[in-house]
Parts: sequence; structure tokens; C-alpha cells
Amino acid sequence: MSWLAWRQSRAQTTIALAAVLAVSAAAFASGRADATIRLWLSVLAVVVPGLLGMFWGAPLVAGELESGSFRLAWTQDISRVRWLGWRLAVTGLAAMAAAGLSSWLVTWWAGPLDRAGLDQFGSFDSRDIVPVGYAAFAFALGVLLGALLRRTVPAMAATLVVFTAARLAFRLLARPALLPRVSLVLPLNPSATGYGSSGFLPLAPSPSLQPAAPDLPNAWVTSIAIVNAKGDALTSGELASTCPDIGHGGGGGIVNPLANGSSHVPASPGVANTMHDCVTRIAAAYHEVVTYQPASRYWPLQSEELGVFLAAALLLAAACAWRVRRIG
Amino acid sequence: MDNAIEANALGKRYRRRWALADCTLTVPAGQVVGLVGPNGAGKTTLLELAVGLLRPTTGTITIRQRAGFVAQGAPVYADLSVADHLRMGQGLSAHWDASLAWRRVHEAGLDPRQRAGRLSGGQRAQLALTLAVARRPELLVLDEPAANLDPLARRDFLDSVTRAVAASGENMTTVFSSHLVADLERTCGYLILLAGGQVRLAGPVDTLLAHHRARSLDDLVVSCLREAAR
Repeated sequence: MSWLAWRQSRAQTTIALAAVLAVSAAAFASGRADATIRLWLSVLAVVVPGLLGMFWGAPLVAGELESGSFRLAWTQDISRVRWLGWRLAVTGLAAMAAAGLSSWLVTWWAGPLDRAGLDQFGSFDSRDIVPVGYAAFAFALGVLLGALLRRTVPAMAATLVVFTAARLAFRLLARPALLPRVSLVLPLNPSATGYGSSGFLPLAPSPSLQPAAPDLPNAWVTSIAIVNAKGDALTSGELASTCPDIGHGGGGGIVNPLANGSSHVPASPGVANTMHDCVTRIAAAYHEVVTYQPASRYWPLQSEELGVFLAAALLLAAACAWRVRRIG
Repeated sequence: MDNAIEANALGKRYRRRWALADCTLTVPAGQVVGLVGPNGAGKTTLLELAVGLLRPTTGTITIRQRAGFVAQGAPVYADLSVADHLRMGQGLSAHWDASLAWRRVHEAGLDPRQRAGRLSGGQRAQLALTLAVARRPELLVLDEPAANLDPLARRDFLDSVTRAVAASGENMTTVFSSHLVADLERTCGYLILLAGGQVRLAGPVDTLLAHHRARSLDDLVVSCLREAAR
């Protein structure tokens, strides 16, 4: 069975290897001067696990069910679960190796740029070891959805949707709390606090005070809050009553960025003074709390997240075995 | 003598429809058994229950022996070559007969390097039969093996089955299904007639013909199906 499992994944493994080699050759040939190549390589490392789930995972059982070849494979002297175990192991390890290799190449190629950028968590998803966990998870998910839906194309679409949702949910909800966060309490700095809101337009929160991010190189700042001694956050009502003038009278604007290379003009002295006075009044009762994962947490977080996704992949593989036993 | 297949109150339901209902049946070992019935009678369901591809909704089915199975349409792996299939059979079978497999491949005129997806229907059926026979099965199950073959390939294939049966001696029980009585007439000593998910007739051909005073197998099957339709 080991031979059959390898024989059935040989062609796709060869194609993946050739693709990785072609991309790395192109990246090396173009050198590190072009920042868009770094972006594209990061995007590639992010999408590779999903593609492996769609194109290697989803057809693994669904393809056999569609073509009818399961009637050949499952009537030999080997149980369905052992058959599945071999196929999951061989193709799954190939998928993890493909993701690991592409991630290693991207990590190595972008290493000097990443180190200069001092934002290691900005490229967390596309560097080092986590892509291996994503690939194992996406692959097992694809196999399971293929065994459940019994058709390759719907299973591929479902794999893409579910994998993307799982990754986003983990990224937004689980990863920040995977290890206990560190808090940093700072006084509000009237010279470095702005006013506005950030976010996509329909979802943008109402404007509030925006303290400057503290200088924590390579750390991952997960939240910046303005709270009082009791721990209550600054409300917009409180802000409006303390600083009735804020938000009126205009601020800085964008000028033609091609004209002099700068994209901003400073706010007028009057507006800046109003802002300064406001933050000084607020700072009498409120301070700034920054929660973050320190730079030293990068590798613990990488291995924790890898472990979580590998464990989830094993659970999905067990579900595949349960499902395949019950087909028919 | 042992029975090759024993089914007891066997039933299989797909969603609402019963493909097979309350089927009690014994197939004696060493026979060549023809399973006939119109399309949708439950032939495939019965055979796939026998080889373990389907699980019964009710009742039980046991086969006492190792089975070789050729499924309807003779599915193979399109990307794998003929030689790859033999290697696969060797890896997945406990009693693989490699020399028999290669001899059959050469007799059928198959190119070992040919991808199975490029084989003609008749060649694919021959490959599937080779994979089943080289397992040295004690029970050979063929599901409509000749259904989609042209007349020449069909005759060649049925001759291959006859030769395989003859070569295996008394040790192998063969069950093959067809909706054409003519396919079975020359080879089968035992007949099972399925219609509407139920067994209408089962027994040695000679006994059945004598008992029902029928002139031919064809007449017997047709009269039984008429009765079942009423």
C-alpha cells in the first residue's frame, strides 16, 4: 500500500516541487531590491496551504468515489481505514513538506528585509513553521469534506471557504490570547496623541483619541486603550464634555504626494493647540494601557500555533477514518 | 460442502427506496452462479453487500472466503499503467499470483506500459478481471462485466471468464450478474433471479428447468418475470 499511496501522489508532488523551484529561481534572479516581490512571496506562502487542501485534500477520497475506483481499492486485502491511513500519511506529509519548503524559501529570501523592518509579527502567517501546520490542517479538512460531500468540485470550494474562515477566526480571536499578554501602562502624551478613527469605512468606529503606538520593536501590539484609575475606558461622551472643541476647525490634509514627496501637511497651530490642551485635560484622569506580545514571544507563538493546527489536522484525519468506514 | 454466500433476511434501503428486501439465500461453493434480473432489480446491491462495499440495512450476509471483485464498468486507475495495476494488486493481496497475472495480461494483448485510461472497454474489463483472478479468490464476483462491451469484446471476455473458472478447478465459486440471459446460458450451473429487490428463483439450472417444465433458461426467466410483474 505504501507504493500505491506514493504512486498516486507522485505526479502532483513532482509538479509542486517544480513550481517551488521555478518561483525560487525567479525570486533569486530578481534580487531583493523590489519590495513587491517580498509581498508576492508572502502572499504565496499564505495561499499555498489552502491550495494544497483544495487540490490534494479534496479529491483524495471524493475522486475515488466519483470515478468508482474505490470499488477496486476497497475490495482488496486491506481495510479501508488502513488504506486511508497510508494515503493520508503519504500525501499529507508531501503537502506539509511542500508548504514547509516554500515557507523556508520565503523566510530565507525575505530574511534581511524582515529583520530591517522590525515587524516580525506582520509576516507571522507566511514565515517559519506555521505554514506546515496550516497545510496539514487544510489537507485533512479537504479530505474530510471530500468524503462527506462525495464530489470533488464542491469539496474544493467548501475547503477554501472553511479553511479561510478557520484561519481568520484563529488569527483574530485565538492567536492574540494564545499566550498571556503583557501590559504596559503609560501616561498620555499630549504631543503624540491624535484624534480620529481607523478601520474600513462602513465598519469604522466613532472617532476617539488615538495615542501613538509605543516604541516596541518586533513586538505585537494587540490593543491600545485609554482607561482611568478604576479601569473604565474613556467614553465618547466624556471626551466630548471635556473637549467640546475637538473635531472642529479642520486638521491636517493630504497634498499632492508627487509635489514634494510628503503626503501630509501639519495641522494649523490653532488646531494643534486645541488638541494639546484636550489631551492634557484628559490625561489628568486617564492613562494609556498597551497590551502586547513581546518580541521574544515570536517562536513560542509559532510553535503553539503549529501545535494547535497539527492537533486539529489529526482530529480531522480521525473524522475521515470514521466517515470512510461508514460509506456504503 | 460449505456455502460460498449466506444471506439472511438481507435488506438494503437507499433513503426511501428498498433496493433489496428480505433476501434469504445460500450459494453453494464451487458453482458458477448467474445472477439475472432486469435493470434496477438489486443485482449490484446484492453483490456489493457480499463484498463489503455496502453495509446491510437489515439482516446479514456472510461470505466464507476471500473474494475477488470486478465492479460494474470495471473501474481502474486511469493514471496508472497496466504494470502499475499489477504491482498494486501484488501489494494489496495476500495470495497474489504474479505469473498468472502476467500470463493473462499477455494473453489479452495488453501493453504493460499503457495507461489504463487509454485502454478500450474490453481491455479495461480484461485488466480488472486479471486483478481479481490473480488474487486467487475462492469467490469471484463479477458485476455486469460484459454490459458495455461490443459483441466481439463481450465474447472474448466471457471466454476469459470461462477459462479462468476452468483453470481454478472446483475451488472457486463464481458469481456474475447480467441482465442478458444469453450471457449466462453457456457457463452457469446455478441461477438466481432477482426482480423488484427480491429473489424470485434460485437453484441449479437443471433442477429449475425440470421443476418448472421450461424448455430453455430464457423461457424460464421470462415467465418468472411476467409472474413477478403481476
